[in-house]
Order: sequence, then C-alpha cells, then structure tokens
Amino acid sequence: MEMPDPDRGVLARSARIVARLAAVLPEDAVISDPLETRAYECDALTAYRCPPLAAILPSSTAEVAAALRVCHEEGVKVVPRGAGTSLAGGALPTADSVILGLARMTAVLEIDTADRVIRVQAGRTNLSVSGAVAEHDFFYAPDPSSQLACAIGGNIAMNSGGAHCLKYGVTTNNLLGVTMVTMAGEVIEIGGAHLDPAGLDLLGLICGSEGQLGVVTEATLRILRKPEGARPVLIGYDSSEVAGACVSDIIKAGVLPVAIEFMDRPCIRATDDFSGAGYPDCEALLIVEVEGSEDEIAEQLGLILQIARRHDPVELREASDADEAARIWLGRKAAFGAMGQLGDYICLDGTIPVSSLPLVLRRIGELGAEYGHRVANVFHAGDGNMHPLILFDANAPGQLASAEALGAEILKLCVEVGGCLTGEHGVGIEKRDLMSVQYAPADLEAQMAVKDVFDPGWLLNPAKVFPLDASSAHRVAAE
Amino acid sequence: MSLDPGTEAALAEAVRDARGPLVVRGGGTRGLGGGGEVLSVAGLSGITLYEPGALTLVAAAGTPMAEIAAALAAERQMLAFEPPDLRALLGTGGAPTIGGAVASGASGPRRVQAGACRDSLIGVRFVDGSGRVVRNGGRVMKNVTGYDLVKLMAGSHGTLGVLTEVAFKLRPAPASMATLSLAGLDPERALAAMTAALGSPFDVTGAAHLPGEGRTLVRIEGLGGSVDYRAGRLAAVLSAFGAVAVERDPDAVAADWAAVRDVAAFAGRPGDVWRISVRPSDGPGVAARAGGEAIHDWGGGLVWVLVPEGTDLRARIGPVAGHATLVRAAPETRARLGTFHPEPAPVAALSAGLRARFDPRGILNPGLMDAAEAAA
Ligand SMILES: Cc1cc2nc3c(=O)[nH]c(=O)nc-3n(C[C@H](O)[C@H](O)[C@H](O)COP(=O)(O)OP(=O)(O)OC[C@H]3O[C@@H](n4cnc5c(N)ncnc54)[C@H](O)[C@@H]3O)c2cc1C
Repeated sequence: MEMPDPDRGVLARSARIVARLAAVLPEDAVISDPLETRAYECDALTAYRCPPLAAILPSSTAEVAAALRVCHEEGVKVVPRGAGTSLAGGALPTADSVILGLARMTAVLEIDTADRVIRVQAGRTNLSVSGAVAEHDFFYAPDPSSQLACAIGGNIAMNSGGAHCLKYGVTTNNLLGVTMVTMAGEVIEIGGAHLDPAGLDLLGLICGSEGQLGVVTEATLRILRKPEGARPVLIGYDSSEVAGACVSDIIKAGVLPVAIEFMDRPCIRATDDFSGAGYPDCEALLIVEVEGSEDEIAEQLGLILQIARRHDPVELREASDADEAARIWLGRKAAFGAMGQLGDYICLDGTIPVSSLPLVLRRIGELGAEYGHRVANVFHAGDGNMHPLILFDANAPGQLASAEALGAEILKLCVEVGGCLTGEHGVGIEKRDLMSVQYAPADLEAQMAVKDVFDPGWLLNPAKVFPLDASSAHRVAAE
Repeated sequence: MSLDPGTEAALAEAVRDARGPLVVRGGGTRGLGGGGEVLSVAGLSGITLYEPGALTLVAAAGTPMAEIAAALAAERQMLAFEPPDLRALLGTGGAPTIGGAVASGASGPRRVQAGACRDSLIGVRFVDGSGRVVRNGGRVMKNVTGYDLVKLMAGSHGTLGVLTEVAFKLRPAPASMATLSLAGLDPERALAAMTAALGSPFDVTGAAHLPGEGRTLVRIEGLGGSVDYRAGRLAAVLSAFGAVAVERDPDAVAADWAAVRDVAAFAGRPGDVWRISVRPSDGPGVAARAGGEAIHDWGGGLVWVLVPEGTDLRARIGPVAGHATLVRAAPETRARLGTFHPEPAPVAALSAGLRARFDPRGILNPGLMDAAEAAA
C-alpha cells in the first residue's frame, strides 16, 4: 500500500510537538514511548501497520480542541480513533501523525425517553448505548456485529450498519446531532434533539466522512422503544438463484422483515462445523427475522412461509421458543469466527442490486477458482450488502497479494452490476485505490472539495479514502 | 427568457454558458425563486429504473410526482417520507416534480418512523455551478463509498447543484392503516399523548395535534391483523387522555394525514406561515410564544404556525434549540427576516465554504439559502 512520505519537518520536531501536547493535556494522556505507541499501529485490518509519532487520550471536548489547536499550529496530521475495529484501515496511523483516541470519552450525558434521544460522548461503545437505555425498554437500533467493542464515534465516521438495518436504517438514519471539533480546534454544534437540519445537511455529510472532516466528541442519537418480540425462520434452498428470487418475492409482498441474512454453501459448512448449529446441507440458506407481538409475528411469518414454500425449499425451520430462535441465529452469528478457524481471511463488503445476486455469486465462484482461493459468502440479502470472505494463508508467500487481487476483482464486479465498493465498512486505505473504479474524476473532485472546506490543510486522517494521485493537487495546495 | 434543456448534457452546457443568476425550477410549485433566468428541469423526465423486488426507483429529476406515485401504487409501494404538496398552502400552481421534492427536502408525518427525504434518497446526479456533472451514491440501499453528498443535496434548494437524477429506496405501501384520535386536548396534554404513543412498542407512523379542530391523531400501518392488534393496545394506552376514536376506513385515514402533511388548515387563510423544528418537548412552549394558530406534527417536533403578516417570529419565540423557516410571506417580509434561520457563525462559514466550492460564480438560486446567514 502506497503511503505519502512522512513529513520530515514534523518528525524532526516530534519532541517539541509532544511537549506542547503534554502542556495542554493531563500527564497520562500523552503517549510517545515507542513501546506504547505500538498499541496503536493498526486497526482490525492488521495487514497494515505503522506506529504513530504519538497517541493522545483526551477526556473532554475542551481537551480535544486544545490538542487539535496545537497540531494545527504545528502542521501535524491527526488520526482519530475509536476502538480500532475498522476493517478498512480507517484508523491506520502514518509515522508523522498523532493518534487521537476517544477511549476516555465514554460518558452518557443525557437520556430522554420522552423525546426519544440519548446524548453520549463519542468514545462510548455501541452496545453500551443500548445498555444505558435498556432499563427503560429502549434501544439504539444500528447494531454492527462489532458492537461490543466499536465506539459511536467510529460508527459515525464509517456510517456503520448492522443486521437490523433493513427496517431501522444505518447510523446516519439514527444520528440527530454532533459536537465536532475541526482541525483548527474550533468546536461546532450541528443538529440536536430536533429532526431537521437548519440549513445545508452538514450532519449527513459528516456521517460517513471517515474522520476526515472533524473529530466528533459527542453525539445525540435517536432511541426507540423495544419491540414486543422477534423471531427468525430458517429457509434452505438448493440454488442461490431460487433463494434470491424468494428474497425478492418477500420484499414485493409488502412484509418488511427486520433482517434477511443469506449464507452460501461454503459458509454454511464452515459455520455448522464450528458452531454445531445443525444447519441443513444445501446451497443457500436464508434467515428471515420479523418483530412484534406473538400474533403479529405469526401473521408475518405465515406470509413469508407461504412465499418460501412456493419456491420449493429443502428446509423450513420455525422456532417455537427462544432457544430454537437462538439456534437459528447461532451459526450466522459465529460465521466470522468460524471462517477464522479455517485460516486467514479478507472480509469484503460490496453492495449489489438484489436482482444481480445469482449472477454475482456465480462470478465470485468462478473468480475464486481462477485465483485459487476459497470464498464463502454471508451477507445482508435484504439490502444487497455482501460479505464475501476470501480465505488465504498469511504465512505463504504471495497469498495475501493474490487474495487482495481477487478481492479487487470482486469489488469491481459489484460496481459493474450497479452496486458499490463498500456498504458499511468504509473505504479507509483498503479500497482507496479502487475509488476511481466507482467514481469519475469529477465525482471525486466534488467530494474532495468538501474536504478542502472542512480541513483546508488536509491534516485529518491522511492518505485515506481518495486515491493518492487524485488527491495530490489538493494536498500540495494545502501545504 | 427561460432555458429548457432536454438532456443532462444540455443542462450542463446551459449552466456552463450562463452569464448571470439562474433560477432553478422543477414544477415551479414552491414560489421561492429570486431574480434571474429560469432554468427548467422539466425537460429531464421519466422513470429510468424501477425494481419492486429490490425496493428501488431511479428517476430523472423533472419527473412529475404524479407519475412516480402512479408507478409505485401499481406495485403497492411508496416513497416512505410522504412528500408534502404545499401548492394549496402557498397558492402556487404547477406540477410538483421529484427533483423539486428532493431539493426542498421536505418530509411528511411519517418522518417520525421512516425518516426524512434524505433518508430515502440513495443516489443523485447533479450539475454543479461550474457545469460539471457529478454523481454520488447509487442505486443500492447500503453504500458508504466516499463522502455522502446525497444527504447534502437533499434540502439544498438547488444552491449547490441542479439535480438531474435521483434514486430512492422504497417501502411497501401498508396493506392496512388506522387513525386513533382524541378530542379537546390542550397542547401539553396532546404532547403527552403523542409521546406515550411514540414511546410504545406499537410502531406509530404519525402523531399530530390540530388545535384548530381540537383533534390529536395517531397513525399505525401494516398488515391487517397487526393493525387490529396495535389499534387495540394503543387505544388502551391513549384512553388515559380521553375517549379514543378509531378510524379504519383507508380513504378517511389517508385524507386526515394528507391534510396534516399539506398543512391544509392554513391554506387560503391570510397571514404568514412558519415551520419550526424543535425538540418535541419544547413544542407547546414555542407554539405559545409564537402566538397565532399552530399545528403540531412529528409528535410535537414540527410546529407550523400561522401568524399575522410581517411578524418577526424568531424574535417572538426567542432562543430555541432548533430553527424556524419562513414558508409563506410577502417578499418584503422574506427580505427583511430571511427564509432560513441564521446559523451560528462557524457553521455558517462551513455552509458558505461549500457553496463557494460547488457554485463558485454564485449563480445557482443566489441568495436563496444564504440570505439568513447574511442577516446573522
Ligand atoms: C468482527 C468485526 C465485525 C464487524 N461488523 C461490522 C458490522 O456488522 N457492520 C459495520 O458497519 N461494521 C462492522 N465492523 C467494522 C467496524 O467495527 C466499524 O467500522 C466501526 O464503526 C468502527 O468503530 P471503531 O470505534 O472501532 O472505529 P475505529 O476503527 O477506531 O475508526 C474507524 C474510523 O473512524 C474514525 N473515527 C473514529 N472515531 C472518530 C471520532 N470520534 N471522530 C471522527 N472520526 C473518528 C477513524 O479515524 C477511522 O477512520 C466490524 C469489525 C469487526 C472487527
């Protein structure tokens, strides 16, 4: 992965920069010992590592602002970091950058179930936001699989999704306001507990901007009352075409499940061996979940099963109690862990129009054979967000490179059929150089114009999202 | 003179060649335009892709709303955000277009459950102020590839670019619906009733209070049996606030909510109309300070008020976490008070910076959105 040359001037001044940061932050909030900065050398895309010049752990918006003013004056690049679970290398440092970690900013600032909002500091984990309102029977809807670890600030930066977003939307649909500090150290408030932006929708722009427009320190999030109940049904088919047609018919019938998950044979095998979920031996497996009271669940599942039967399933499994429901989800929830047992893997995240599902699955199979890698597919079928998992052996020379090359081919395929490179994990460095596959130069220029406005010095989260050749003029102009 | 290009390329050329300000027009229903040459988008029309099985629709920006509504109705689907039709309120004519709906970013009562226009919008093509064609987002529901200019374009009133194509995720139209109503509540009690409904697990898709008629309305939608069940449970919750009437006739339910959506109660009546977006619990207080007559939608979070002409409503309501937009007024009032709420200086600077980048010559609907900033 090509990265810009580190700024020699900054490296030469590192002692002074660290001292200036220490002057505005508590003593234990500045980390510059190389042994300790190693802890921040990568995120969950572990193939790429680089220790930062320093890491800082501010505890308040005021401290974030003070630290950013120092970095701005010194011309030091800053990489915001939540929990470091990004799969795209979004939080990868550069050698001349300071990691700004939100790990100490985890407070709940306000809970208001009448206005249905919660306000938290951005370092708070996703799951503990729901946890904070659980006693009132409320929850925060976006539920990435990493929710135990990942932080709200990271979710906002990546516009993260989850299994239930078919009904509830992704982060951007559940975010009402932020306190954000610009690279220049200015604190701005955008949105709040009201539903509409006052002027241009800057909140919508900030969400999903991968930490390149500002550091989010607080967020106001929409919370919802928990549904009365939820239940999945498992449906097996002997072809992915038929499973795809079934998904499409369910959607057309006017039921809106909260989740429709899809696994293909390699994934079913691996997860079943690993978890003992007892999944049927078939080509394609759907898990469809609906919510409501007992009667409402029965009404929706009745309709879904009727549609499923029309397509001649090899298996239809209903859950009569919580235990059976958990067993249906067991394998799906263990899917990533199961694949990890089989070896190293790259997890892709492209989205495709649901109608292209059979074609894309067939092509992925062919491409996998061509490159000599096994590929298992697990994904959110309701919205076309695929997660092909490419297996490889990190210890075998050349395997990472060929797995990455296969990944790039699969993502190009997603774009070709009318989809996109990433549905929820973000571009980071991982998909940076593929951006020009999806976007024409003018499309990228328009996005980079936004960066110019928010961070004219191009100091925040450097070398991510935009191909280096596309951004070079902007970066040179910024110097 | 007016420009009426028939293709995106021709539209881009018209913008490139423009020598002065352009007034971007969809169906011409908003009546917000300032001075300048009219650039009509009506020539870019037609649904380019509709996949009911994927809940997605793509259309040229000038496509009439009526055409889109008819296509969706045939598949029993809908745009979830319930775009308002404000022609009667504003006293304007014309046929609303889908691009106009996106540019105004307005959303109806279902906002509380299904999100706003910007939440349904998944892709755009537009021509920026330099005449460059830009694409962002696409036709799939989940897409975090690069910055989200889709949201930025929704509600930007044509000041950052001229929309040429828009893509949406859709919802199935509900098979069944019900309105539960209460009579004679004051705004505080009405807020409490709406809050109880929205805080219940019964998936409320609309909550409005119409003081003029003395009615408080709560809507539920879905499969028939489910609506029966939830209507019963919600009626029990709401009975704490008075006698609950349940309306199940689809035409009657639709008519009630169309009236809320289109602010029908203020149509044809003298006075200025303002739209105030607030935290729901602040709604009754804001309405009281505003004076005049109010309509509360979005469970209290959206307050429409009808006040005497020329009223400086922002001064009346005082500092509030939220904002007030002037929707209908004489041009002098609009010029004096500004359509949009002044933004805090650092936010206004970012907005101005974006406008300067997307429309460096300042020719797209100039002054439409930044008048209020200038006043700040
Ligand atoms: C096992 C596993 C499962 C996953 N499942 C899902 C899933 O189901 N859905 C999904 O969408 N993602 C998933 N992810 C990806 C990842 O968890 C998300 O992208 C998550 O939102 C990252 O949050 P984080 O706090 O770890 O952020 P980090 O990894 O620390 O940072 C991610 C990005 O956010 C920026 N950032 C962080 N905090 C801030 C802030 N306060 N202000 C500005 N920018 C900031 C960083 O600079 C970086 O660009 C998964 C990851 C793993 C490892």
